[in-house]
Amino acid sequence: MSDGGAREAGGAREAGGPATAAEDDGAGRGGIRLINVTKRYPGQGTPAVDDVTMTIRSGEIVVLLGPSGSGKTTMMRLINRLIEPTSGKIIVAGQDAMGLDPTELRRHIGYVIQNAGLFPHMTVATNVGLVPQMLKWDKKRIAERVDELLELVDLDPAQYRDRYPRELSGGQQQRVGVARALGADPPAMLMDEPFGALDPITRGNLQDSLLRLQEELGKTIVFVTHDIDEALKLGDRIAILDKGSRVAQYATPQEILLNPADAYVEQFLGGGQAMRLLQFSRVADVPLQDVPRARTGDDAADVRRRIEDSEIGFAIVLDERDRPVRWAHPEDVEGVSGPIGERGMAVAPPIRARDTLQQALETLIQIEHEWVPVVGPRGVYRGTVTLGTLQNAIKDMKDRARTRRRPS
Amino acid sequence: MNFWEYLDSRRERLQFETWQHASMVFQCVLAALVLGLLIGLAVYRSGRLSAVATSTAGVIFTVPSLALLGLLITPLGLGVAPSVVALTLYSLLPIVRNTIVGLAGVDRTLVDAARGIGMTRTAILLRVELPLAWPVILTGVRVSTQLAMGIGAIAAYVSGPGLGEQIFSGLARLGGANAINMTLAGTVLIIILALLFDGCFVLIGRLTTPRGVRV
Repeated sequence: MSDGGAREAGGAREAGGPATAAEDDGAGRGGIRLINVTKRYPGQGTPAVDDVTMTIRSGEIVVLLGPSGSGKTTMMRLINRLIEPTSGKIIVAGQDAMGLDPTELRRHIGYVIQNAGLFPHMTVATNVGLVPQMLKWDKKRIAERVDELLELVDLDPAQYRDRYPRELSGGQQQRVGVARALGADPPAMLMDEPFGALDPITRGNLQDSLLRLQEELGKTIVFVTHDIDEALKLGDRIAILDKGSRVAQYATPQEILLNPADAYVEQFLGGGQAMRLLQFSRVADVPLQDVPRARTGDDAADVRRRIEDSEIGFAIVLDERDRPVRWAHPEDVEGVSGPIGERGMAVAPPIRARDTLQQALETLIQIEHEWVPVVGPRGVYRGTVTLGTLQNAIKDMKDRARTRRRPS
Repeated sequence: MNFWEYLDSRRERLQFETWQHASMVFQCVLAALVLGLLIGLAVYRSGRLSAVATSTAGVIFTVPSLALLGLLITPLGLGVAPSVVALTLYSLLPIVRNTIVGLAGVDRTLVDAARGIGMTRTAILLRVELPLAWPVILTGVRVSTQLAMGIGAIAAYVSGPGLGEQIFSGLARLGGANAINMTLAGTVLIIILALLFDGCFVLIGRLTTPRGVRV
């Protein structure tokens, strides 16, 4: 996404980045496009949604974020025509939504609302199987699909299939709600403050589940919320909405934090951007320190030379599976001939690359070592961080944002 | 002749009249249920129409049953016709009112969810709204039935069918032989019928209310 699109969003409501201007619709196979969409309610002076143009790319979670009255729910409901637009064009997965039968359209767009909206007189299985049933799937296929979906949302089918919604906790109900929305494997899903009524712990768990699910399924998701932290956590892209669904900024979370488009966005963020950057950026995203590497079998003199050649002053010793085990300082290998073996100081428990910068910071502050190794999947060494690394990373992000803000 | 001897001696007649009474009440309430549902469905979406329907049924309800039956003699004559019409009209109020209340009481977010996942108008009504309103509607039917049991007795005033005949004849010859027995037999049998019907409703309620919404 170019910063150009994001900045223009403030004034011109062109919020899809450069792709909207091009011939290619930029939305991809499962994407959603709103083109000059307006919703005006009779008897109301100002439109609820005012000439919005926006591209939601296939496979992305786009969060519509705004205070109540910003029209974010209205905007979402236009997509599956629960609200009919007054004018404009809506394209869902390459098809003109206005040209489709609304009920048919809705069966192919998942819909999740606050408190799940499960039908209390139907079992979990019936609820989840509703859309396939409406699409006239045969019974066996529906039953299989229901079990598959329940497993997908981490509910044991055997245990939950025949329960009624009121026999489930709020979080479980919402899981079933998500399963129901995925019934006929729709390319896109609309979620209207789905986790708004849950306690913070359950909400966190469900957000994590949604991200895991999304990694697997890659749906196009439009997610409505007024919770900025939820938006930053879930959104691949966030649209911050002002009155009349004016798209104040449409950009990635990092971009929004580093480079708020206008005073409204800044006010909406309400400060604490640096902390939020730490909270929503991952260690994998920042440049790590490179430290001379050694293996337990390496010759001590050789290792000493490597240490002397670098400015770091010590090396990291990896085991046979590339997992960090020890730091080797020149004094550890002084006068030793042959392999370095078990010499050196054991490393601190490593930081994982998928940890957030905040978690990394937490570790660095609490631990007695200045240098902490970072590991990827299966504990494989990736690099090393210090407090300075993180500081530089944040500074870099800010610098980059600043240069981008200046017109080139 | 004591009460038991009376019952024994008139067994066949009493059995017939009890059957007639039960059948009349059943058919009238059934007719009222169909009518009431249709009226309720037609108006529940509009607050104003709902108010009109409920108050109209309420007005009919305030007309004394004896007067209504009497007034119906002119257009409909004596016998079954005015009895059935009057009974159905009286049964309408609780059913119409509960249908409206029940349907209006269905959580709007559920209807929204139903639309959102692509249910048609008819499917929403049949699969979501009516099943959820059903316990309330059924309560209305139950009240109607009790009502119709009592008012059904007065149908004898226009020579209608049922156990009212016993009560009215008994009261007419108060002081004569078996007068008390007749009145008593009519009353007791109506009470027994009412209890039986009510028991049936409890059973129907349990059978037709899914576990997920049972109180």
